[in-house]
Amino acid sequence: MEERIALMRDDPAVDLTVDGNAVGGLLAAIFGSDVTSSHGQCATCHTVSVVGTMRAYARGPGVILRCPACAEVVVRVVETPRGTYVDIRGAAYLRVPPAGEASG
Amino acid sequence: MGLEWQLATVTGVRDETPTVRSFTLALPAWDGHRPGQHVDIRLTAEDGYSVERSYSIASEPERGGEVDITVERIEGGEVSPFLHEVVVPGDRLEVRGPIGGYFVWEAALGGPLLLVAGGSGVVPLMAMARHRARAGSGVAARLLFSSRGPDEIIYADELDRLAAAGDGFDVVHTLTRHQPVGWTGFARRIDEQMLVDVLEPLGAGTRAYACGPTALVETVANGLVRLGLPPDRIRTERFGPTGT
Repeated sequence: MEERIALMRDDPAVDLTVDGNAVGGLLAAIFGSDVTSSHGQCATCHTVSVVGTMRAYARGPGVILRCPACAEVVVRVVETPRGTYVDIRGAAYLRVPPAGEASG
Repeated sequence: MGLEWQLATVTGVRDETPTVRSFTLALPAWDGHRPGQHVDIRLTAEDGYSVERSYSIASEPERGGEVDITVERIEGGEVSPFLHEVVVPGDRLEVRGPIGGYFVWEAALGGPLLLVAGGSGVVPLMAMARHRARAGSGVAARLLFSSRGPDEIIYADELDRLAAAGDGFDVVHTLTRHQPVGWTGFARRIDEQMLVDVLEPLGAGTRAYACGPTALVETVANGLVRLGLPPDRIRTERFGPTGT
């Protein structure tokens, strides 16, 4: 049983979570620059984390970013034929660095 | 910059293992990348249906105007079987990037450097290792690389060459399912004791980068914190189905 669980955890089809980093291209298309190094504060637990480290669920009808500390939804993005919906009510803020400056 | 889709031309294809293949993409408008970044690839069918996946860049930025990606074939995937079975040199693919400023190591950041990979999680770490070699960085660096068996070690020959260069880079393999006769290396999943052994010569000032399945990444990140590495010196990248 232990081995079976271990095998399942190794299977990318079961492992549905990736990092915010992996959806950086989609976010860049929305925000105009790469925000994976930017900081965001979770509106639920107030933890500040780097967008690239948020938990990303990218295999649904849209993309969900969850807080790495409390797992609440921070960002939702859904692309539709009429446009892209961006729901950031789960974020207290997103801090995007000045143009030309990479945050670390 | 770098956010527009552009048409890349496939200029090279080569097999790394029976299920892993590398592709060289020549990019007409490429500002260069940082080791650890990825690109998005978009495939569009004639009926307009399109699908995107992100793939880590395997090559070092010193190679201008082109990047290598390394793709594991995932059965039932929408993109990786196409890349493996259909794409040949001369084909063109839509590419966007480079993307990601977090999971990045450059020689200027210094070391010591610990890279921990599971399977195709080695790809962005290979960009770091290749960059380290090309940039002449002498920082001590180790790659702890978990593969299922000897035939599934991605970049096996090149890793041997990098480790033999004598410039402070070495590779520690663990083979979790099949070991060759006479194998004396690690033969289990990465665990905390293994991290103790691998980290010991590098010391507490190490910068660590871990990439692979979620379970491996979390074992490594949690283990390294318990061993005393500051969390802000540990960077992780989980690959899930967007890597397919």
